[in-house]
Amino acid sequence: MHADREPYAVLERVFREEAGRLTASLVRLLGDFDLAEELVSEAMVEALEHWTRDGVPERASSWLLTTARRKGLDRLRREAKYRQKLALVAALPTEPLREGDDRLRLIFTCCHPVLAREVQVALTLRAVVGLTTEEIARAFMVPEETLAKRIVRAKHKIVASGVPYRVPTGDELMTRLNEVLTVIYLVFNEGYVATAGSEPIRRDLARDAEWLASLLMRLMPQEPEVIGLVALIRLHLARWPARLDSEGRLLLLESQNRALWDRRAIADAVRLIERATALARPGPYQIEASIAALHCEAPTWDETDWPQILALYSLLTAIDSSPIVRLNRAIALRYVEGAEAALYEADSLAESLSRYHLFHATRAALLRELGRTAEADRAEVEGIGLTKNLAERALMAERLADGGDGRPEPGPD
Amino acid sequence: MKYMLLITQGEWFANGSAAEREKSMEKVVEWWGKMFASGKMVGGHQLQSPDTATTVVIERGKHTLLDRPLMEAKEAIGGYGILEVADIDEALAIVKTMPQPDGKVEVRPIIERAR
Repeated sequence: MHADREPYAVLERVFREEAGRLTASLVRLLGDFDLAEELVSEAMVEALEHWTRDGVPERASSWLLTTARRKGLDRLRREAKYRQKLALVAALPTEPLREGDDRLRLIFTCCHPVLAREVQVALTLRAVVGLTTEEIARAFMVPEETLAKRIVRAKHKIVASGVPYRVPTGDELMTRLNEVLTVIYLVFNEGYVATAGSEPIRRDLARDAEWLASLLMRLMPQEPEVIGLVALIRLHLARWPARLDSEGRLLLLESQNRALWDRRAIADAVRLIERATALARPGPYQIEASIAALHCEAPTWDETDWPQILALYSLLTAIDSSPIVRLNRAIALRYVEGAEAALYEADSLAESLSRYHLFHATRAALLRELGRTAEADRAEVEGIGLTKNLAERALMAERLADGGDGRPEPGPD
Repeated sequence: MKYMLLITQGEWFANGSAAEREKSMEKVVEWWGKMFASGKMVGGHQLQSPDTATTVVIERGKHTLLDRPLMEAKEAIGGYGILEVADIDEALAIVKTMPQPDGKVEVRPIIERAR
């Protein structure tokens, strides 16, 4: 990072915090997603101009609110079609909003189940995290125009179809919270291992997801699954520096230099898991975080506590019997009961995972270990054909050239 | 907010056995009765079968009649309802209590104009 980017980084942090906060409040006060967002964008443009020159004002949020209000009034007076909104904007408070943080409402609204998953993701990144449509489009490799349309349509649908601006309660809360956690983890995964393209890891999206998950944890400190997701993401990030070799190729967990792992971040995440566990409501993110923690705490690959990991995967399959979770369990099984048992498990997933490259990579490694070389080669070739990520493809092609090392890909963990 | 429910016929109605259709229909009728009584369902009807439909196509002011429904048989509309509730969450919660064994329900917000 350049030295002169430092103040910019501070600015960015304040921006992110305040833009989301202000958007969230304005959506509530104006009942209009579109108008709220536009006012925030205009206020941010003005802030960028002033703050880079004069520094960030002490009461940044009230500065922004005042600016957004003034900009809004100017604009609405000019545009007749917004006339009925004029009274609403005029009635905006001039002092910072004291009703607490509206961002939780905003997050739940952006992740409302009437929106398709990719729309939830785009809207959350735009409205809550404050990314521009251009940034989101680039991150997900869709044309900016497509993404902009997606967001416009989403904001319109929220208003037109009467999506309530509130945090769900009761039985509904858990299902809706799951939607939110899925969106955040999806953003993280997209950043962690891109599914396509020559740049294997897009750091920003992973950090954005970490920020978003941490914000959610601040807003909902008593939800163990939220804490679990934060811990899971931070554990992945703690190993970040060791993920690539000097030539930018992805490294398997077993070949990573563990000295590069961030021990302090790992210890902090483990404390989070303990905090979540104390709330006595287990769930998939907490279990996944515990599995990741066991990997992180092993001093060497050979000292990994596989029986414990297998037990956690068994627990996880009881909650989430998706084929990918079962594949990961099969991988753990290989280190407890051996390759034959693992292959038997993996083969039972053939029907549902035939399009998943790691399924073939796993089978290839297990077959190789069992000395079934020809079948292993076939599986490996099939896996290479399926992955869109160049770094992963390079890794697999290399193993094929080397004849492999007999160890299955650990998968996400 | 008002929402229109566009309800497809469903396999149970179009191709199910007479006995099962009758059993399901009983529940459907009971549900609609309750909904009308609650005041939340403010309109709605069951429609005659899709093969009774006539579609009018308008092109540059010219009208052509087609002897078939708008939608393909798979999604043929069997009825509609008008809900008046607080928001989409309430509308969806109500739709999730509908008793028919299969089919699709499109939930579409209605534009309400001041008169």
